[in-house]
Amino acid sequence: MAKSHVTTTVNGDEYEFLCDTEQTLLDILRDELLLTGTKEGCATGDCGACSVMLDGCLVCACLVLGVEAAGKSIETVEGLAHGDELHPLQQKFLEHNGAQCGICTPGMLIAAKALLEVEPDPSETEIRYWLAGNLCRCTGYDKIIRAVMAAAEEMREVRS
Amino acid sequence: MTITQDDLRYDPDRKLKVVGTTPIKPDGVDKVTGRAKFGADVHLPGMLVGKVLRSPYAHAIIESIDTSAAEALAGVKAVVTRDDFPELPPGEFRNISCNFMAREKAFYDGHAVAAVAATSERIAKKALKLIVVDYQVLPHVIDVMDAIKPDAPILFEDMVTQGMDPARGGPTNIVQRKEFTMGDADAGFAEADIIVERVFDTKPMHQGYIEPQACVANYTEDGQTELWCCTQGHFIYRTRLAAVLKMDISKIRVTQSELGGGFGGKTMFYIEPVAIALSRKANRPVKITLTRNEVLRATGPVAGTHSRIKMGMTKDGKFTAAEAELYFQTGPFTGSAFVNAPQAMFTRYDLQNIRAVGYEVVSNRPKVNAFRAPCVPQVVFGVEGVIDELAKKIGMDPIDLRLRNAAVEGYETIYGATFGPVGFVETLEAAKAHPHYTAPLGANQGRGVATGFWFNRGGETTASLNITPDGTVTLLLGNPDVAGSRVSICMMVAEELGIGVDKVRPIIGDTSTLGFNRVTAGSRVTFSAGIAVVLSARKAIKILCQRAAMMWDVPEDGVVFEDGHVRPASSNVGDFEPLSIADIAKKATETGGPIAGHAEIVAEGAGPGFGCHIVDVEVDKETGAVKIVRYTVVQDAGKAIHPHQVEGQYQGAAAQGIGWALNEEYIYDQDGRMENAGFLDYRIPVASDLPMIDTVIIEVPNPLHPYGLRGVGEVPLVPTMAAIANAIDDAIGIRPRSLPMSPPKVLKLIEEAAEGRDRA
Amino acid sequence: MDELRYEAPETLDAAVALLAGADGDARILAGGTDVLVLLHCDMIEPDLLIDIKKIPELTGIAEEDGGFRVGAAVSAMELVEHDAFPKAWPGVVEGVKLIGSIQIKGRATMGGNVCNASPAADSVPALIAAGAIGTIVGPDGRRDVPVEDIATAPGQTSLGKGEILVSFLFPPRPPHSGDAYRRFTPRTEMDIAVVGVGISLTLDDGGTCTAARVVLGAVAARALLVADAAAVLIGTPLDEAALERLAAVASAACRPIDDKRGTKEFRIKVAGVLARRVAQDAYERARGN
Repeated sequence: MAKSHVTTTVNGDEYEFLCDTEQTLLDILRDELLLTGTKEGCATGDCGACSVMLDGCLVCACLVLGVEAAGKSIETVEGLAHGDELHPLQQKFLEHNGAQCGICTPGMLIAAKALLEVEPDPSETEIRYWLAGNLCRCTGYDKIIRAVMAAAEEMREVRS
Repeated sequence: MTITQDDLRYDPDRKLKVVGTTPIKPDGVDKVTGRAKFGADVHLPGMLVGKVLRSPYAHAIIESIDTSAAEALAGVKAVVTRDDFPELPPGEFRNISCNFMAREKAFYDGHAVAAVAATSERIAKKALKLIVVDYQVLPHVIDVMDAIKPDAPILFEDMVTQGMDPARGGPTNIVQRKEFTMGDADAGFAEADIIVERVFDTKPMHQGYIEPQACVANYTEDGQTELWCCTQGHFIYRTRLAAVLKMDISKIRVTQSELGGGFGGKTMFYIEPVAIALSRKANRPVKITLTRNEVLRATGPVAGTHSRIKMGMTKDGKFTAAEAELYFQTGPFTGSAFVNAPQAMFTRYDLQNIRAVGYEVVSNRPKVNAFRAPCVPQVVFGVEGVIDELAKKIGMDPIDLRLRNAAVEGYETIYGATFGPVGFVETLEAAKAHPHYTAPLGANQGRGVATGFWFNRGGETTASLNITPDGTVTLLLGNPDVAGSRVSICMMVAEELGIGVDKVRPIIGDTSTLGFNRVTAGSRVTFSAGIAVVLSARKAIKILCQRAAMMWDVPEDGVVFEDGHVRPASSNVGDFEPLSIADIAKKATETGGPIAGHAEIVAEGAGPGFGCHIVDVEVDKETGAVKIVRYTVVQDAGKAIHPHQVEGQYQGAAAQGIGWALNEEYIYDQDGRMENAGFLDYRIPVASDLPMIDTVIIEVPNPLHPYGLRGVGEVPLVPTMAAIANAIDDAIGIRPRSLPMSPPKVLKLIEEAAEGRDRA
Repeated sequence: MDELRYEAPETLDAAVALLAGADGDARILAGGTDVLVLLHCDMIEPDLLIDIKKIPELTGIAEEDGGFRVGAAVSAMELVEHDAFPKAWPGVVEGVKLIGSIQIKGRATMGGNVCNASPAADSVPALIAAGAIGTIVGPDGRRDVPVEDIATAPGQTSLGKGEILVSFLFPPRPPHSGDAYRRFTPRTEMDIAVVGVGISLTLDDGGTCTAARVVLGAVAARALLVADAAAVLIGTPLDEAALERLAAVASAACRPIDDKRGTKEFRIKVAGVLARRVAQDAYERARGN
């Protein structure tokens, strides 16, 4: 059987690709579309490094098939900034040193953005539980949590 | 006169503008936008996918390997086995070679036995299934103490224990024995009023970096190799690759990617020589990316240990002697760095009588790799537990007991060095004064403290600093940045040159751009590269001064460099407007050419580091679950160049230690196969497991560094497990002496305590 | 080379036809959080994946006969965020919330959790305690079975060839009813239950338990509905004596194994501890309703 032809939208741009059934959305993003900002840490949904938004829902790209992306809208870390203006989460991760080695950072940012969309004023505990699916081995999470809290505060101020 | 390392000494009176601030790091934007290129992010035209076939047996003779069916599969471009790698004489390189590709025997579940390169991952995986390996399965041994039993399965029939006099004959799994002594331990124990002697066990854990190893190798027909990989030391990779592949060092060019975590685990390669061999056979670039399963089964881990620790003390709390007998599991090959342990475990206390013996033992687990303060945290788990017990026996505050025995400047260590100015006392005093130490505890909560030491390291380091025509600076460094060194190094350059840190642009050069740099490990890089770049900057400053003197037509000693400008040394020299670096750089062509400074040094004078951790735990007495309620790390950094980076090291190491303390361990089935080779069952801490981790940075400057800094990456792991064990003891009244302190084990202790059973 | 096919039928009939007519290994793809992991780890080599997320009957949540009908392929996140369901069945939602991370919940489904047939599945004890009925459709038509009769052993279900679990029917709640689920794991999140307990209770106006279902997860080859444990609660106001007996009966009902996630001894002990705590949670909720 030939590969499947899939049309999907990534960060607002339409992409077409051919894929085998077993290729995951993560494989497609990284190896076919060369959008390598989304990282692979485990490929089993246990580390969150490949977190992306799929039609507005936070998912692990490693647990979505490429063929399932047909007709859907995907957001990745590459789409967070607007032009040369970083997203407040990106800016606060920089200021608070929320990224040490940086491998978990794209997934953390996407997951944190999803949180702030549903809860603009999360408590520390809420952030910790929301981000429990995003493993970080460098920071002990402290500076990540602080960066998310600071970004939330700034985004609330901008809104009000 | 040439400037040398010896000219760079700490100047307490220097006013600092950049050092000690927290600018955004130069690698930051790339990391928050997804641009940063990690190991698996390299794509080359025509690149093949490499996959590795691994032994499903813990211990087996490999009778034969038939690759013909795999080679015949359409899309397969190369298959390699043990036959594709040179035979080497016994020694380090042969061990390395036999670890990345099994020879006569497979020594652990996950040991590589063959590899393929194919046009797609699907074909590569299919090809692996077509390789027929004929194994003769042998009895195996996993645990370090099982491996030294008389009837244990033997990994190497010809092994002779080194360091025994006379050398102990085989068969044995003990690789070597090392003894370190100072003073007279027996006499010291004879002086003691109180002696505590306990046995402790720790389990191997994995470094747990989130980025699996990945590399791309491109071997060309003229025998040159380019390699892109995630590594803590691309220079040492190059040296070792040349040795195991029998190539010229200069024909291998290694470019390091951003490193997605290493913690010691990426100081030694696994897939790189395999990718090169595949590329050589296929005449195309080959990329290998490990799966998480492979990472856990075949890389890492950290040595598991068994230790007996004995300490003596007078009734007024003065330590009189210490003794240790230590067993380290090293996997099938030597390389655990276990000799660190006897040298570091008691060092920080003013002990005069020590006897410490270590044994390194092979077993059927992956070869161990480095991890923050290799082999030290495991045994400090015991030392700090014994000290806690000693404090209880005389009713002394545990920090007071440590203060009573703290080593200070002038202490001669067991490894021969004499302490210069050290910050152990200051660290303990700050811990004692911290509000955490006296905060009230809730129900079922307990508090523990523990301390740690690490030597800190220097070593071969190079740097090249170029002043561009507009006066900004490019900086070429030779050490992968494992999290925060780049910005700190740039800050020291900015401070020297009197320019903003954003005017210093660093890159980490590949192995063809600089001289040899020792691996990023042992808390050596910010210290060593700091010296190298300060030296480079001062050389450049000297040239800037020469050029300014030339421009003004005054003698060279008639100018000085201050605040980013060359000025006349005095009004006698003449009335000249100060020249900025840019002013001078603009005229560089007319005054003698580009301006630069570089350094090639063996950095010396690393100052030891000390830390004290305070932790509160809450124990669910019905389930044995331990929750970390509050955590504080106090540690001497000498000088925090960029405090956020230092705090990040303290916090991250503590979190790793919490994982090691509570849950992380390898679980093997009866056939020696790892059962928890994934992040679901190999349980590193998640965000909701941890509280904020408070930090206190102590600054007792290291006089042998221009900014006084000490390495900070190793120490903050060392006390963690001991501190948590001491806290659990405080909460439940019984001390765990075996890692991990997982719920079933803690629950058992609680039940034993309730039954009043005496385990001592 | 054998290639893996992917189909995403839009009707239940088409899905059943595909599943029933497939040669080789055909698997249902709902959230994919189990199937894709097995695929990645080469633990399965299916020939066909049938994506059921485009079938309306499997993806809706609706009130029915005073209760709820929840499609088997509704994502955990959708159920957790539903307006009405979490208020009616907070215990079921507690179980569903523990299926995995936010990311996993964005994909994972209760149908998948049940049909994957792991004894440690987090939604299953609460589903059984709730008395949820699974509606199954296959080549021979439609049948309803209690959730406790779906998984039979680790990885095995009572579904026949070509059968698909379509939805769950939750009965109407009498007044003073409450349910709860807790599990024990070494980590706070991202873990598999070492023991899980789901309990649903109904009380009379005076606070005496009139009906109870007590279910233990991860302590046997499949989730255990422990009638004896329910019996010790019925007729009591869940006083200390009743809770004590509950813990003892729950522990006694366990038939666990030693595995990488826990020992027999530990599981038996903790099952009793959790049963007690979950019963108290459910009781508080029931009194509040």
